[in-house]
Amino acid sequence: MIASDTSLNHEYLPILGLPDFRANASRIALGDDSPAIKEGRVGGVQCLGGTGALRIGAEFLRRWYNGNNNTTTPVYISSPSWENHNSVFTDAGFKDIRTYRYWDPAKRGLDLQGLLEDMEAAPEFSIFILHACAHNPTGTDPTQEQWKQIATVMKRRFLFPFFDSAYQGFASGCLDRDAWAVRYFVAQGFELFCAQSFSKNFGLYNERVGNLSVVGKDANNVQRVLSQMEKIARTTWSNPPSQGARIVATTLTSPLLFAEWKDNVKTMADRVLLMRSELRSRLEDLGTPGTWSHITDQIGMFSFTGLNRPCSFLYVSLVTCPFLHCLLFSSCIGALQKLPAQLSKQVDYMIKEKHIYLMASGRINMCGLTTKNLDYVASSIHEAVTKI
Amino acid sequence: MGRARGVPVLRLRPRSARLCRQQPGKCARKPRLRLRVPAPRAMALLQPSRLLGAATSRRACLAPAAARSSSWWSHVEMGPPDPILGVTEAFRRDTNTKKMNLGVGAYRDDNGKPYVLNCVRKAEAQIAAKKMDKEYLPIAGLAEFNKASAELALGETSEVIKNGRYVTVQSISGTGSLRIGANFLQRFFKSSHDVYLPKPSWGNHTPIFRDAGLQLQAYRYYDPKTCGFDFSGALDDISKIPEKSIILFHACAHNPTGVDPRPEQWKELASVVKKRNLFVFFDMAYQGFASGDINRDAWAVRHFIEQGINIVLSQSYAKNMGLYGERVGAFTVICSDAEEAKRVESQLKILIRPMYSNPPINGARIASTILNSPDLRKEWLGEVKGMADRIIGMRTQLVSNLKKEGSSYNWQHITDQIGMFCFTGLKPEQGS
Repeated sequence: MIASDTSLNHEYLPILGLPDFRANASRIALGDDSPAIKEGRVGGVQCLGGTGALRIGAEFLRRWYNGNNNTTTPVYISSPSWENHNSVFTDAGFKDIRTYRYWDPAKRGLDLQGLLEDMEAAPEFSIFILHACAHNPTGTDPTQEQWKQIATVMKRRFLFPFFDSAYQGFASGCLDRDAWAVRYFVAQGFELFCAQSFSKNFGLYNERVGNLSVVGKDANNVQRVLSQMEKIARTTWSNPPSQGARIVATTLTSPLLFAEWKDNVKTMADRVLLMRSELRSRLEDLGTPGTWSHITDQIGMFSFTGLNRPCSFLYVSLVTCPFLHCLLFSSCIGALQKLPAQLSKQVDYMIKEKHIYLMASGRINMCGLTTKNLDYVASSIHEAVTKI
Repeated sequence: MGRARGVPVLRLRPRSARLCRQQPGKCARKPRLRLRVPAPRAMALLQPSRLLGAATSRRACLAPAAARSSSWWSHVEMGPPDPILGVTEAFRRDTNTKKMNLGVGAYRDDNGKPYVLNCVRKAEAQIAAKKMDKEYLPIAGLAEFNKASAELALGETSEVIKNGRYVTVQSISGTGSLRIGANFLQRFFKSSHDVYLPKPSWGNHTPIFRDAGLQLQAYRYYDPKTCGFDFSGALDDISKIPEKSIILFHACAHNPTGVDPRPEQWKELASVVKKRNLFVFFDMAYQGFASGDINRDAWAVRHFIEQGINIVLSQSYAKNMGLYGERVGAFTVICSDAEEAKRVESQLKILIRPMYSNPPINGARIASTILNSPDLRKEWLGEVKGMADRIIGMRTQLVSNLKKEGSSYNWQHITDQIGMFCFTGLKPEQGS
């Protein structure tokens, strides 16, 4: 449609981006029936991908949140998280970047207690980066009940929620389900930011399509916030690229295309879910040591395989009693029970011997699996765990 | 520090550098008293003073209703409209049929319409036919674009290119390129954090460098008496700039004055710059668009490099390829050798990744296709000359029309100046 529309040209977009894109992108995140949108207290800033949205949000917070140019406001990032989060907030000028507990390697799930404790202990007004869904890299999300607990603490402690939503629709296959946490926080009356990426759910990676949704108390506050974000955008990129935003806006405003897109998103999500269950069943059939339910419990693009992650209590045991090392190695708790010196060896083996490239943390991209390579990957993991 | 909402706050608000940054040239804000009306408080939640000061304990005392009714952003000022792009917004709002927008720097054809170059349309069709994927570009962008961009600026036979002693990264048009450069210098240029801009310069230069943490200074450039280049003033000022400071030059078609040094003047400028050991930042947003000849417009850049000055360079393809909204640009660092270039590149990538991860592909693919296909490149050079010629034609016609209207004023500067912009000599009140 865009290619054949000869009325279109390459003129500059406004600094804040394509109006249709901004409004509809925010609508996707917050819901068609969002009271916040109805009350006019939502704004959007078109940015260069999710990264750009995080950066504009971070630059704004450093200038205007919790005082003027307060670089000492603590910023909390989940442990672990996407590595670039730290750099974004550091380069935006924040001096006090901390982590909050998130991943429990022992039970290979969410460390809710640790998370809530860290929030209770955080200084008031601290900024918390929350993954809206499909946590990167662990693939482990809080349940709705757990999100409610998180919101309660954040409200009481006056903590600022900055959502990173890079996988809406892509995680569960359902846009609304993947946006539940963000919408819950809005319903609870929070002012928040949500950095949205359309790289994955629209497959528009290299077009750099993102939106920073701003939810405020009222329209007037949001208007002033946007006017200041405009100044930040002006000195970062002047105005955002038009191509990708046009594609998204066209899709979201056309009932036919919108339906087709939702279907495409579900297809992508379903394929990932299929790869998860297929990988898990192969590993279980092979009898690979360890339990592999985390592969299907986790959600989204990534899986924390457990390669390169020693069980925490085992690590302590190994340190205190090296003689137990042999016994513990044969137990089937996690995918890895390794002496620290051998930590990198399983991942190394995968890369060097099997030519399967994954992150040092053991994170794999489930999308890289296909029906054609599943067997090879499963057997390679099996070898890595049993031989190394 | 901590902001207590709904609490009486008597605050003497000092003038700050930040205010100047937000409103360039308008730093004269008086300190003011601000009184906020308190909201009802619940006493139950008294808490001891915390990290962020006593204000937070009052903050914690607020009843939930009062807390919800106030905003984190109450103190955020309304930012002024952008001085340049704000003119376009005002133009859009104007309902008069005779309106015209002579504000923003975007080319218009003889019907006053945006012009999409034929070579761009052809390139787009070629690209669409290939049905390429949408995978992320590398952080530094599209390699074939980067290489072609460097060759366009420096000339294909440049020794710098032959020796590989440069790095070019794709950027978000000219602004993004300047921003990367500014951040890079702030982080790695240890000798100085002072950037000398010509007086006047593009309005966005100042906030870009300032936001990157650098200080702005100026050297004389435009002579309002002659509406021309203040050559002696520039030389005088530049010869007094502290050594190893950063100096920015517009490579051609100076924005906003349209006043460029002549080649022999550029030679003297290069000589003084060398003597003072200054670090040179070239901003080239109009290569080809100024004179119609890409080599002529890049002459100053190439001359400085030939004089042994290792410059950094920002390029934009917004105007000369009409790719405005696609955000196509490049940032180049000339280095001592290829090994240094690799190290510089690695640091540029570390700067870019937390800003936007990697650049948008569409415009870079178009530009690369044009630059790397002989036919399209030839067509492009013809079209860019066409645009430049139309502008030069408009200048000539404007002057003759002014004379016809009976103006006795000397309008020669309109044709002496070059590029998209013209410093008319009109005073602000005449412009409104």
